[in-house]
Amino acid sequence: MTKEKLNELLKEWIKEYEEAIKRVPERKVFVTPSGIPLKPLYTPLDLGKDVYEHYIENIGFPGKDPYIRGVYSSMYRLRLWTKRLLTGFGSPEQANERIKLLLEAGETGINIPNPSISMRGMDTDQAAEMYDIGYIGLYGANIDTLEDLKIMMQDIPIDKISVNYSDEGPFYTIAAHFALAELRGISWDKIRGTTNQADCLSHWASCWCFVLFPLEAHLKLTLDHFKWCIENAPQWWPLSIIGQHMSEGGATPVQEIAFTLASGFEYLKRLVKMGISADKAASRISAFFNGNIYLFEQVAKLRAARRIWSRILKEKFGVKDPRARQLRIHVQTSGVELTNKQVLNNIVRVTIQALGAILGGANSLHTDSFDEALCAPSRQAALVALMTQHILSEETGVADVIDPLAGSYFVEWLTDEMERRALELIYKIEDMGGMYEAVRKGFVQSEIANSAYQHFKEVMEKKRIIVGINDYIIEEEPKIEYPKPDIELVKKQIERTKRIRRERDQKKAEDALNTLREVASGEKEGSIFQAVINCVKAYCTRGEVVRTLKEIYGDGKPNFYF
Amino acid sequence: MEPSIGNKRIRFLLAKIGIDGHYRGTLIIARALRDSGMEVIFLGPWCKPEEVVSTAEQEDVDVIGISTLGGDHLLIPKLMDEIKKRNLNIPVIVGGIIPPDWEEKLEKLGVVKIFRPGSDIGEIIIFIKNLVMNRRGGG
Repeated sequence: MTKEKLNELLKEWIKEYEEAIKRVPERKVFVTPSGIPLKPLYTPLDLGKDVYEHYIENIGFPGKDPYIRGVYSSMYRLRLWTKRLLTGFGSPEQANERIKLLLEAGETGINIPNPSISMRGMDTDQAAEMYDIGYIGLYGANIDTLEDLKIMMQDIPIDKISVNYSDEGPFYTIAAHFALAELRGISWDKIRGTTNQADCLSHWASCWCFVLFPLEAHLKLTLDHFKWCIENAPQWWPLSIIGQHMSEGGATPVQEIAFTLASGFEYLKRLVKMGISADKAASRISAFFNGNIYLFEQVAKLRAARRIWSRILKEKFGVKDPRARQLRIHVQTSGVELTNKQVLNNIVRVTIQALGAILGGANSLHTDSFDEALCAPSRQAALVALMTQHILSEETGVADVIDPLAGSYFVEWLTDEMERRALELIYKIEDMGGMYEAVRKGFVQSEIANSAYQHFKEVMEKKRIIVGINDYIIEEEPKIEYPKPDIELVKKQIERTKRIRRERDQKKAEDALNTLREVASGEKEGSIFQAVINCVKAYCTRGEVVRTLKEIYGDGKPNFYF
Repeated sequence: MEPSIGNKRIRFLLAKIGIDGHYRGTLIIARALRDSGMEVIFLGPWCKPEEVVSTAEQEDVDVIGISTLGGDHLLIPKLMDEIKKRNLNIPVIVGGIIPPDWEEKLEKLGVVKIFRPGSDIGEIIIFIKNLVMNRRGGG
């Protein structure tokens, strides 16, 4: 009865709207970045069923299945998301200074990037020789040895604050983190943090960062590290499935959900095969999504991702523990969406990207600095990025009520629609044999490349407007401070690494590398990650550890499609 | 507009040198140039400057394009040296993120053009076409 009435009223409104757009056409074609066409208006009729029924079946409560409204029952009312800015410019000394600055300014978690030299598995002295000293510290401090991490983490209470490391297999920096805990007399069960680049499938699918060995070797290292963490570090998150690279590489939000979760299912299957229960394995997987500026699709993306994850884990993997079905999400605001023109506008973009993460119920958040498209963050830009989070949490009231957009006819419809489209893609990947096969065959890479090209064409054809880039162009730029690594400290680091290689107990170092070789090649039983920790403790450098593993696994080079 | 001059299509060597791995922009350029009719040779990431120059020589390309990010502009001087060393006459254009104080430096080294992010792809194609046409002695 009421439904019929609503239908009737809606038809009347549509008639009016259609007449209006006959007189003046709509200003553009309305479609989300995922390619979902949008109607001008959404009503309860779009939910496909009775509002209450829809709520009970598809939405539910925070901290309850299907976790669309957030993984904790209290969400931000008790504790805000973790404010966690990628930090680590220059030398370990400079990085330490910046970490302390941000902690003093109210940061609640630490987030350490891997600079490109470390990503390539090199030590600073090697890189300076082979390439150019100018590379050192440009996008983060390198950790060549345990000594470097000691300096970077000086006075930082690693038993009290969680640290997120962008570190790929063999997880040298994280091994150093655990070795540092041992040195400080902190037991590993007190160490909290995340291994943020263990999802090698995402690296293969969308960027050539964090790639050292063939994919199979990276998978092996990831699963080995996971197992070690389960056995030794109960508060450490060993695997974060990553949509962020894929989104930055061009994936649409729907593709980001599908490819990320499909990767999660691939790892889960492999972990179960290793004898770890699905409940146990799932309880240690978290996620890392991009923070896009298209607000409502961003909110719907995080909500839909949590619901799909929880449902598939329950239905397909038989995960019983409700906590193990909660997808905890870290968000990093998109850098690709920031501009190198009128750079101060990026503060506004980051604010909206962060708002979308918060309204979507993110558990941890990095906000980009306004100078992101030009250089590593200056001190001022990093502080503005952190204060943006404080303004959102303290002044705007957006964190006062849990999942405040729930029940918006549009947002609920969009969440359902994104879920439907993402599931289609997830099933397609399953039919191909899972995410590993889909990446090996190049399916995921081609899909992402196509989306990136599509987006590029839309910007070129001005179907998608980006302020300062293809419209509203003015030739006036603020003066930007380009931070430079302190060259004296860089030279000091190079000397330090050389000295350590010279003065360490050579026998101990050699033995540690030999054990690593034996364990990694399968000659000897044991944990590869534990062997890496032992190498770190024997003062073997990152470069030596990676070289040892390359002798066994070979070099990795992902295929590409254009 | 078909970017071929006479019967010979423009051969464009696109390369990422150094250690950065971000490739979104590089692949987009590769595809846009290919769609405009050029023959695009792309070597993938982490190329050494010598590798790029020797490939350019073997493949007899018209232009070398360096796509740069994350500090890889630091290696462009080595690339320009290598071209000189081999006595080659292949123009180099650069696209990507380059600190402002490097632009003049690169131009002095003989880089013919720098395209910053957000450059119009149509302009890039026309630039390459004109560059090749002039070098081949008029169209």
